[in-house]
Amino acid sequence: MESLKLDKDKLKDFIAALDSKKVYAPQKVGETIKFAPVNGDLEVSLDFANTTVPPKEIVFPQTETMFLFEQGGTDINLTKGGAEKVLLGVRPCDARAMSVVDNLFSWDIDDPYYLDKRKKITLVGLACLEPPLNCFCPSVGGGPASTEGLDILMTDLGDAYLFQPLTPKGEQLCQLSSELLQPAGAEDNARAEELHREAEKKITREVDIKGLAEGLPSLWKSEIWKEVAEPCLGCGICTYLCPTCHCFDIQDEMEGLDGRRCRMWDSCLFKEYTLHASGHNPRPSRRERQRNRINHKFSYFVDKFGVTACVGCGRCINLCPVNIDIVDILSKVKEAL
Amino acid sequence: MNEKVNPYKPYMATVQEAWYETTGDRCIKTLKVLFDDEEVRENWSHLPGQCTMIGVLGVGESMISISCSPTEGKFLRFSVMRMGKVTQAIHQLEPGDKLTVRGPYGNNFPVEEWKGKRIVTIGGGIGQAPLRPIIEYVKANRSDYEGLTVIYGARTSADLCFKNELKDLRNCDGVSCHLSIDIEEEGWPHYVGFVPSLLMEVNPSPENTIAVTCGPPIMIKFVLQNLKKLNFADEQIYTTLENRMKCGIGKCGRCNVGNLYVCKDGPVFSYATLKNVPEAFA
Repeated sequence: MESLKLDKDKLKDFIAALDSKKVYAPQKVGETIKFAPVNGDLEVSLDFANTTVPPKEIVFPQTETMFLFEQGGTDINLTKGGAEKVLLGVRPCDARAMSVVDNLFSWDIDDPYYLDKRKKITLVGLACLEPPLNCFCPSVGGGPASTEGLDILMTDLGDAYLFQPLTPKGEQLCQLSSELLQPAGAEDNARAEELHREAEKKITREVDIKGLAEGLPSLWKSEIWKEVAEPCLGCGICTYLCPTCHCFDIQDEMEGLDGRRCRMWDSCLFKEYTLHASGHNPRPSRRERQRNRINHKFSYFVDKFGVTACVGCGRCINLCPVNIDIVDILSKVKEAL
Repeated sequence: MNEKVNPYKPYMATVQEAWYETTGDRCIKTLKVLFDDEEVRENWSHLPGQCTMIGVLGVGESMISISCSPTEGKFLRFSVMRMGKVTQAIHQLEPGDKLTVRGPYGNNFPVEEWKGKRIVTIGGGIGQAPLRPIIEYVKANRSDYEGLTVIYGARTSADLCFKNELKDLRNCDGVSCHLSIDIEEEGWPHYVGFVPSLLMEVNPSPENTIAVTCGPPIMIKFVLQNLKKLNFADEQIYTTLENRMKCGIGKCGRCNVGNLYVCKDGPVFSYATLKNVPEAFA
């Protein structure tokens, strides 16, 4: 399908035309920017660097109920599937992250909670024309206008958005509001490409990850892990807000006689994550836990699924309270190899 | 969501029999359970070494090895050490009580591949639970195996599981059983010392033999060293790993040792695989 163009002042009408689906867009909720349902007034501002919370929480909520039961009962009532959703303004790194995580939730045995939500979302991306400070997506195979995982890529042309439908799902969405979208001209496409190239040039942080997947295990006893772990507080924010981190805990909660089994984000940086009931912990200190975090993203995940479990969004760098910097860690690892 | 394909939805089962194997702080209780749904019971199949998530609704689930062989019947058996919140709740279950079961998970001891060989099991404490299905499987298919040597030890005689069954083993043709306790006890007629030393005492030949060991990490470490001294090749040595688990299906992340998931790639590993995994014996 050819590229299309939407006048910026028609964005509201475009959202209204998707009325059969719930539209989520980046919004300020308290101190954080996250994907939230667009309100009745349909006001959406796509003027943001990136969301604090990645859109992974739409398909993999921080806490979700798996099923309900009653104390002493034998009936297990599974949570019903959700509604169709459109995510508007997803950054290309976060869309790539969903493709990465899809591997995990669909290998061997399908995870019905994740996949039900995942199949029901349409991802409308927004190219990053002003990449934030700690972005390094090109180093891990992405780019500010990467289309991987997206159904539509939007580019801000100033007074209009260029729409590039990428999948049948994306084309369908464009058809819902066909009267609002004008065919884009060759000059629009050329302008977008130019903006994409300029954006990539603005990314200053980089690291060469070639050879890490094979090499990392050889640094098992390296001092690097001690150095990384020394300032680490084990707060887990780098994993909670990582768009590819997918580890979870399962817990039962009771309220009176009503019970629910739920799952919630967990983090390999928490002591309890691997703690055996006996008191034995195979990863007893933050050294082992940070080593696992890096090995999992850049070696184990690559071994298993052929892709790196990092998309270079920079959140873990921006949000770490003690300035632990994954690009620095990877550079040190690379040097040590 | 399709109920049939939700891997997190457990089956309901009922405790048929329950008894204590050992007493004390970390006592071990065995439960014999039957699935409530006849279709589930009929369609269920497992092999020695596999595990299940068993649990109590409202408390949670734990990954526990199935301690019976499929050759024993349509029931499942679990021998559970009381350790944390979930195993505490499991210990409170009596005949007629409900528990949840999902699985079976993980790989299995390659008992079919091992046909024609002698099997040596080397267990310590609760580590005998995952070894028990091998013993029962070999007993049920006795003519398919050259023989069976059971080596098993615990801290004291009161800490030994499956005592009566072990006594009966001595009457089985081609089966030998060697027991040990760590500290001298009055009236104890068998070996006194640690399991790795008992292994050297029994001195099994590696010829056409498979050695399988389960127990505390420190015991496994020395058993592996001693098996090497006895000239067992890496490929002839098997063990199981355990780690904290939540999903059982390779999603929740926590059970990995290096690039292997214990819940999917294990719990059974040959030493040939594990010796290259740096985290395996952490």
